[in-house]
Amino acid sequence: MINETAKTILSVRNLHASVDGTEILKGVNFEVKAGEVHAIMGLNGSGKSTFSKVLAGHPDYEVTAGEVIFQGTDLLELEPHERANSGVFLAFQYPLEIPGVSNRDFLRVAYNSHRKANGEEEIDVFDFDDLVEERSNVVKMDVSFLDRSVNEGFSGGEKKRNEILQMALLEPTLAILDETDSGLDIDALKIVSNGVNQLSTPKNASILITHYQRLLNYIVPDYVHVMAQGRIVKTGGKELAQELESRGYDWIVAEEAVA
Amino acid sequence: MSSSVQSVVSQPYKYGFVTDIEADSLPRGLSEDVVRAISAKKEEPQFMLDFRLKAYRRWLEMEEPSWPNVKYPPIDYNEIVYYSAPKQAESKLGSLDEVDPALLDTFDKLGISINEQKRLANVAVDVVFDSVSIATTFKKDLAKHGVIFCSISEALKEHPELVQKYLGTVVPVGDNYFTALNSAVFSDGSFVYLPKGVKCPMDLSTYFRINNGDSGQFERTLIVAEEGSSVTYLEGCTAPMYDSNQLHAAVVELVALDNAEIKYSTVQNWFAGDENGKGGIYNFVTKRGLCKGVNSKISWTQVETGSAITWKYPSCVLAGDNSVGEFYSVALTNNYQQADTGTKMVHVGKNTRSTIISKGISAGKSKNSYRGLVKVNPKAEGARNYSQCDSMLLGDTSNANTFPYIQVQNSSAQVEHEASTSKIGEDQLFYFAQRGISPEDAVSMIISGFCRDVFNELPMEFAAEADKLLSLKLENSVG
Repeated sequence: MINETAKTILSVRNLHASVDGTEILKGVNFEVKAGEVHAIMGLNGSGKSTFSKVLAGHPDYEVTAGEVIFQGTDLLELEPHERANSGVFLAFQYPLEIPGVSNRDFLRVAYNSHRKANGEEEIDVFDFDDLVEERSNVVKMDVSFLDRSVNEGFSGGEKKRNEILQMALLEPTLAILDETDSGLDIDALKIVSNGVNQLSTPKNASILITHYQRLLNYIVPDYVHVMAQGRIVKTGGKELAQELESRGYDWIVAEEAVA
Repeated sequence: MSSSVQSVVSQPYKYGFVTDIEADSLPRGLSEDVVRAISAKKEEPQFMLDFRLKAYRRWLEMEEPSWPNVKYPPIDYNEIVYYSAPKQAESKLGSLDEVDPALLDTFDKLGISINEQKRLANVAVDVVFDSVSIATTFKKDLAKHGVIFCSISEALKEHPELVQKYLGTVVPVGDNYFTALNSAVFSDGSFVYLPKGVKCPMDLSTYFRINNGDSGQFERTLIVAEEGSSVTYLEGCTAPMYDSNQLHAAVVELVALDNAEIKYSTVQNWFAGDENGKGGIYNFVTKRGLCKGVNSKISWTQVETGSAITWKYPSCVLAGDNSVGEFYSVALTNNYQQADTGTKMVHVGKNTRSTIISKGISAGKSKNSYRGLVKVNPKAEGARNYSQCDSMLLGDTSNANTFPYIQVQNSSAQVEHEASTSKIGEDQLFYFAQRGISPEDAVSMIISGFCRDVFNELPMEFAAEADKLLSLKLENSVG
């Protein structure tokens, strides 16, 4: 939902980042206002996933230039867990398995870390159980999943639903979904999209990183950006995604070369 | 990553203080005279002196074992003080009120209250300070049920026939170098006797404290469970920080008769030496349980976090038909600590079963080895064993090894062994961080999860205490 007067949540200027000395992001400019849904599309290796990891603060990536302002704060100054607690959420393309740590404990510690960071009191086990069982409905997740180890032995679809459950619980201001649609069958895709749509409010925003237009049938973006060679090279409305689906990316890369 | 992991596991040792108390010690060194002096000080019966002298002569002929995967400079056995007791304990203590306040303070500081009013709920405690037991709580309550729980010195005076009948029957004097040494010079320890059919009304516990910088601690524990009885027992250990190394060579013997059950848990937190590997306890311990009767069960649970060197294999001899042996272990090493620990399960009777769950965590430049033997004798029809040995490495400079030995002489045996090695990955920590969880909490949660199978075996009453001891190296684990 576009509202020109809404507050700017995220402002990225001339962001450069590299991994092991190889520059991946080469000057990204990007702005997100409250209430908006952005899609970033592009070929493999274009820098989409790197962009999401740099925002979340993955230690493998080094920011070499540029700035990222999140709700008035210099995001790059914060530790990864501080970024999370201030409202940045990344749904992982490949959620990790944590053997021996129950999903319920993991979620409770995460939830209470957020509360503590925001000056709120931690909630106890019983109140948390009520809360998490209620939120599990958002992604139609059986509560038995809560007592299994985090993501261990989960199917691809279950892992992605678990990511959205975490998002439902932590209620981020900015949610970045990194190829959340990959590996999902159509039913799981509907459940996940439905969950994301339910969580969308005029006060938060999301960035969808995806290869395929398919996801965008279920979560309709306000803006579609195309990333190529570490920069955003084209921005349009939702119809741009359909155009990419039929024409591919070559024409944009060609346009870019001419420009 | 390793810097954040390191800061989590490198919590300072909180129990390193020294109690300033006048001690009555024998001069350094070991000789037949020293053995006789120890026995005389304790006013022991003749059989005990004979036992000690036999052990001493055996020891003189033996050599220190060199097969463990640990390295240390040669120990000068003539530099060690073999007997050191707080002065006041010399005279027989009439009641707890007569215990030196300095000692009570010491144990209060360690979180072990000897005062019965402030006791841990439903736990009786025997406290051993250097060479002697200074107090045992709840003796009278236990006596009402016929349960004997006292120091082994007292048992030698009050129940010599029981001690004589069982001492050295599970761990023979000459079993190894350190058992021979211990048998010659042991100064105190705990004695537990459960009469037929008695389920011990409370958990029993011994707390060991080494205070003297030059003394070794050689304690001896003997637990006998008659037919149909059961008991849960826990020991905890701490020591002050000294630059020198102290030797701790204990022997623990357990006997379970028909349908009896003994659950023995250890939370070991001797001083581990500093971050450069200076000082710390040499923990060379022999623990063995004999499942003598049918359907008997012995279960060892250990959480090993301290000591410069740990050399310890709590074992079960499954002699009775249908008897069960269990071993659950967490061994955490950091800095220059070395641990070579595991178990032996010896199947002798028919349809005997054993389970081994071992979790090793190594950080810093430490060395952590699991060494275990599963042996099935020719007549042990239907024996079954399941072993699982998992190692976790923190950082790139630590070392983990697994040495499983399997000897099967009966074709009906089923023996399973599983092993894994894992590392806390940067991506795992990033996943936690992205959910708002700090690296310290993340490492604690991962390690606590890794050890869960073992922690679940710790008796409820001791969970808090164990947690406290473990928190030296692992800040607040989840829960």
